[in-house]
Amino acid sequence: MNVRVPIRWAPYVLVSPFLILFALFGLFPLLFSGWLAFQAWEPSYGLEAMRFVGLDNFIFALQDAWFWKSLKNTLWLALASGLPQHMVALPLAVLIHNHFGRLRDGVSGAYFLPYITSTVAIAMLASALFSTDYGMVNAALQALGLDKQAWTTHPLFIKPTIALVVFWRYVGFNIVLYLAALQTVPRDLYEAARLDGAGPWQQFWHVTLPSLRPMILFGVTLSIIGGLQLFEEPFILTNGTGGTDQQGMTSGIYLYRLAFEFSDFGGASAMSWMLFALVALLTWLTNRALGERR
Amino acid sequence: MAWPAAGARAHPVQLTVTAYPNVDQIIRAVVPGWEAQHPGVKVRLVSRQYVDHHTAMTTALSTSGSLPDLMALETSYMGGFALGGGLLDLSQAPFHAELLKPEFTDFAFSLGRNRDGKQVAVPADIGPGTMLYRHDLLAQARVPVEALTQSWASYVAAGRQIKKATGAYLISHARTLKDIMVRCKVPPGGGQYFDAQNRPRVTDAVFVEAFELARQLRREALDAQVVNWTADWAEGLKRGRLATELSGAWMAGQMANGVCPNTRGLWTAAHLPEQSFAYYGGTNYALPRLADPSRRELVWSLLSALTCDRQAQLRAFKQEDAFPALRAAQDDPFFDEPLPFLNGQRARLLWREAAQRIPALRMHRQHKFADEVVNAELDNVLEFNKPIMKALADAQQVLEVRASR
Repeated sequence: MNVRVPIRWAPYVLVSPFLILFALFGLFPLLFSGWLAFQAWEPSYGLEAMRFVGLDNFIFALQDAWFWKSLKNTLWLALASGLPQHMVALPLAVLIHNHFGRLRDGVSGAYFLPYITSTVAIAMLASALFSTDYGMVNAALQALGLDKQAWTTHPLFIKPTIALVVFWRYVGFNIVLYLAALQTVPRDLYEAARLDGAGPWQQFWHVTLPSLRPMILFGVTLSIIGGLQLFEEPFILTNGTGGTDQQGMTSGIYLYRLAFEFSDFGGASAMSWMLFALVALLTWLTNRALGERR
Repeated sequence: MAWPAAGARAHPVQLTVTAYPNVDQIIRAVVPGWEAQHPGVKVRLVSRQYVDHHTAMTTALSTSGSLPDLMALETSYMGGFALGGGLLDLSQAPFHAELLKPEFTDFAFSLGRNRDGKQVAVPADIGPGTMLYRHDLLAQARVPVEALTQSWASYVAAGRQIKKATGAYLISHARTLKDIMVRCKVPPGGGQYFDAQNRPRVTDAVFVEAFELARQLRREALDAQVVNWTADWAEGLKRGRLATELSGAWMAGQMANGVCPNTRGLWTAAHLPEQSFAYYGGTNYALPRLADPSRRELVWSLLSALTCDRQAQLRAFKQEDAFPALRAAQDDPFFDEPLPFLNGQRARLLWREAAQRIPALRMHRQHKFADEVVNAELDNVLEFNKPIMKALADAQQVLEVRASR
């Protein structure tokens, strides 16, 4: 049988693989999660056991001390790992762009390497570095006559250790973003600035930074979204539990555990929508702060 | 118990069984013999990592999609699974699982009951709690084993001496001590975190006592502050930095074959302090309620082969250190054999005695969450000097909100 598709359908046929996959793995889970947020559900009874409970799950989320704790941890980690990423990546990208010549690609590639390395490998490396009794960091501290610290188990050190690993992993990604943006800044602007007597600092402040503004907005937005969805690094570094006193329990980890370990899919769905609202709000605020002035 | 053997079938039947390591190995060993007795029936084994398996089973039951015919469930997950509604009632005809009760160790069989008291799972192996101790470190510190076992307080006092003489920590984490103390002191038939009226009971005296002893342990730096199954914990065992390990009997096999084989002959097993008896892990088999009913007869036959066959149970014990829940498998001469890792000790006899004295506990579907809440409050006590009564009252408050969800 010879099936001919009218030509006007061609665009739809061509994009249909994406649309079908998106509907299955993107849209459906989203809508189902929205539905679940208003249901009480004992999952092991099957889908027919759902019962509409209105806003109960949202009220429960607002009253759940663990949800707030996970949110606080998440915001702390997003800030402590996200802000330094940009504070370091931006000047480093300028330095690489201006002074490394042919070595630029190699150096930026080296910084980018952790980003494409398996999270499990990174977490294993971090465990070996930060092990209390057998780690290299404590060995170095003790060689200097300082006390060893429980980097991955003491409540005061868990979050800084996770933040350091996240920072190390993503700083290279931001360097690459800024390097790409730097190549689009017209040389004329720097020449004009130099003719006007601007030094390197003034060129950076008055030419480079304003030119990079769209990319900064893009990079910071990605960091906010990624930071608030942080899961892999703290999950592996704390053996999936959030660690001592749940200091490394991000909202992502808590939602996962609430649904799959504590069987409260309704509560977890309500919390995930609240987290989505927070991500949207922070993204909008970032856009307001860093976006183009009209 | 016997089930009529199925004859040759017109259409090949495939049963799907899901499990996790090393239970998958035990199933693999049983399947060929069972398939030979059931011509035309094939068993497809799907094995996932421990946590992934239980997550997958939760998802399968919740959506009724890709349901296996038979699933293995680890004991610590039984609260959520058995007390939910996704498992088939095996007390009903034609299974009559109640008739199997005398054949199994009491506590293990009771873990498979749902909230209506119906049997929804059958145990295969159990983990009788035991204390493994480094006899070389005890000798070095001139500490008799009775000091470790007499009482929980004497256990901590002995740890003080061991630390002073050898530098080794008494135990991996204060949390482990708290966990086992609480579990050992639950009244028979009671619940660890919730009473019969579904009320949290974490402000009871037993929790106060366990928290106090854990705090003492931490203040005297007797715990290594490492979590089991981490690299630090394994290194501690390999290097003789941990003097005792409180766990299930299967731990001796794990240590001998993977964690710290270099310490062979340096360990001895004893009962838990204060003649306490508790379980650490175990495996159960259950049928999903919504799985294909036409295959239940066959699945029950396979379940019986995995749980009620003495030879299969013994093979699992010999090959995978899976201590049999089946009483008939507990009287084999294999129990009398010395264990080289434990310096030739006939430790299986000790564990058999422990298995018979473990009290049955009532599970609660929020058991795992309660575990987390109580541990978080213990962390507050150990790390931030939070008053114990305040910590337990806070845990009680959180659990009161959760108990009804």
